[in-house]
Amino acid sequence: MTRPTVINNVRIIDPSQNLDETGTIVIEDGRIAAAGSGARNQGVPDGAEVVDGSGLVAAPGLVDARVFVGEPGAEHRETIESASRAAAAGGITSFIMMPDTDPVIDDIALVEYVLKTARDKALVHVHPAAALTKGLAGTEMTEFGLLREAGAVAFTNGRHAMHDAQVLRRAMTYAREFSAVIALETRDKHLGAGGVMNEGLLASWLGLSGTPREAEVIPLERDLRLATLTRAAYHAAQISVPESADAMRVARSRGANATCGISINHLTLNENDIGEYRTFFKLSPPLRGEDDRTAMVQALADGTIDIIVSSHDPQDVDTKRLPFAEAADGAIGLETMLAAALRLHHSSEVSLMRLFDAMSTRPAKIFGLDAGTLRSGAVADLVLIDLDEPWIAAKDGFVSRSKNTPFEDARFTGRAVQTYVAGKRVHAAQR
Amino acid sequence: MDSFPHRHLLGIKGLTEPEITYLLDKADAAVNISRQREKKTSTLRGLTQINLFFEASTRTQSSFELAGKRLGADVMNMSVGNSSVKKGETLIDTAMTLNAMHPDVLVVRHSSAGAAALLAQKVSCAVVNAGDGQHEHPTQALLDALTIRRAKGKLSRIIVAICGDVLHSRVARSNILLLNAMGARVRVVAPATLLPNGIAQMGAEVYHSMEEGLKDADVVMMLRLQRERMSGAFVPSVREYFRYFGLDAEKLKAAKEDALVMHPGPMNRGVEIASEIADGPQSVIEQQVEMGVAVRMAVMETLLVSQNQGPRA
Repeated sequence: MTRPTVINNVRIIDPSQNLDETGTIVIEDGRIAAAGSGARNQGVPDGAEVVDGSGLVAAPGLVDARVFVGEPGAEHRETIESASRAAAAGGITSFIMMPDTDPVIDDIALVEYVLKTARDKALVHVHPAAALTKGLAGTEMTEFGLLREAGAVAFTNGRHAMHDAQVLRRAMTYAREFSAVIALETRDKHLGAGGVMNEGLLASWLGLSGTPREAEVIPLERDLRLATLTRAAYHAAQISVPESADAMRVARSRGANATCGISINHLTLNENDIGEYRTFFKLSPPLRGEDDRTAMVQALADGTIDIIVSSHDPQDVDTKRLPFAEAADGAIGLETMLAAALRLHHSSEVSLMRLFDAMSTRPAKIFGLDAGTLRSGAVADLVLIDLDEPWIAAKDGFVSRSKNTPFEDARFTGRAVQTYVAGKRVHAAQR
Repeated sequence: MDSFPHRHLLGIKGLTEPEITYLLDKADAAVNISRQREKKTSTLRGLTQINLFFEASTRTQSSFELAGKRLGADVMNMSVGNSSVKKGETLIDTAMTLNAMHPDVLVVRHSSAGAAALLAQKVSCAVVNAGDGQHEHPTQALLDALTIRRAKGKLSRIIVAICGDVLHSRVARSNILLLNAMGARVRVVAPATLLPNGIAQMGAEVYHSMEEGLKDADVVMMLRLQRERMSGAFVPSVREYFRYFGLDAEKLKAAKEDALVMHPGPMNRGVEIASEIADGPQSVIEQQVEMGVAVRMAVMETLLVSQNQGPRA
């Protein structure tokens, strides 16, 4: 049993209770015993460690709903253990692991393997998402019922979009009875074929083939119609253009049980960052224009976009040190999601309440995780943040096994100072 | 009611409660014929029955064949491969050819819905639908009803849970129609992928859990799940299907203690039904086969003899 902890004089921001006040957090037996101004001067449990939280913000530990890990199959890029350390360093206390591994997580034995490995080695809570279709091939649905019982929290085709509407309709219909959330990428197989960056002037000058926004919006609209038809719980994993946010609004007004996410990259970077073929900025969906980015920040602020994900996707030199068009998509992000999101706070574009909602309370709710709150009795997953500490994301400072960050040497203001998982401190920044 | 006003038996749809009762009463009497040592009667002597099966079938075809023979008819089996290129043409051409041989009754099975009705328009004899696509299989519903009525004494107000692949099942459609006509309460229990659109308006209460759907049921009717449908297209796997929708002792506990377990056959043991249940004391699967012959004798006799005294429709 971990030692009790008392955090004093800390600004507590908990979107699950719409709470923003300075007070005390008492952690006992791995759970929140009390949190808020009312918990002040309530005495300290025997043997408790007392932390001075002056000048810091405490929020529910972040929940990252989209993380790729290399285990099993590509442990040189990232293991469950190394990803969990990176997560802890970034204030993330739970993440959902994508099934795009080798072998693909499409069977209960693999779900059990992930959970066992996480239990033995991970610093944070790791929840496997299972493949929606066998081998992610898009043709035959997996055992939603058995996989749910084994511990899969969502069903997704990972990086692979679903192309067959008939298969998707049946999967949604079948998933509904098992209360399984289906989380999908939307990317048209043909319309976006060959595209390696946002379609537009910049791509034309760089001589790179473009991915049009319609390649995202058309399949999204199809999926949303199927979600309405089947009444399935649908989550668009990553949207990148305002037309997609519009589609979400329309679908919800028609009664779809639909939510969506956006990667932190698409909220804080744009296509200009690609510069001279910098492959760490090669993502899927591609980074869009600055107007798109600002519109998406607005859609996040007003709640149209539910959640922010890191889309942590470790790649190595073999897959990134290549000509731009040939390089793999993806960027790591566990350690920088919080700091990058705080840019939206410092620019006064998105409130802290909404940011923590989007990075903790909402994703926990969408995927049914026991997280995202500081209510008394809740599991004591929390992050202490210094909102104003300046730091530079130096390459050799990363914990992740892979270094493909689009924020290399970026200047940030604010970071996770301490991270607690079930009451245990799993990260303490050197200050 | 002392006569049957229909010339053909193309489906349960359109049959009234007294008409169904009439057929079941007749079938009840026919059961005894098959239980005698001397099983042959002369009711249909001199009449010709042709079994025209465009789809492979063992039990239904032999059941119709025995029914005809026990009534004294001359029975001919025509098994037509389903590989013919243009089925519509083949069906009518075959029908016209057979019609020229002056049969008295044609028993037809075909993979296309509506095939029996189409054929009935083209021939001058009685037509019995032995299964048309995913549409109807009226003699199966009648034999199921007879089995239930003999065990429970009635059909009205009993709860029948039809479980499994309702979407592709003609047996389920005919049973839903018949049981509703007779005043039974029908439930369907299946994953949503195996239910047809609008099932809730078809006269069945919809359940997605065996535990809830079987609660207090008097009859549990299992349907066959075709192999090609159990590996990801409609359900993910046999193992998952059996776990949630296969009838085993645990799930059967939800039904009434004396609930009947039925299956139209052929069974997939370990897929939709556990062997211990299929062979267990509540199973009436063998009785269903016996009632099948009786029901088909009753249907044939009704169409070929009784109706000749009454008005035709």
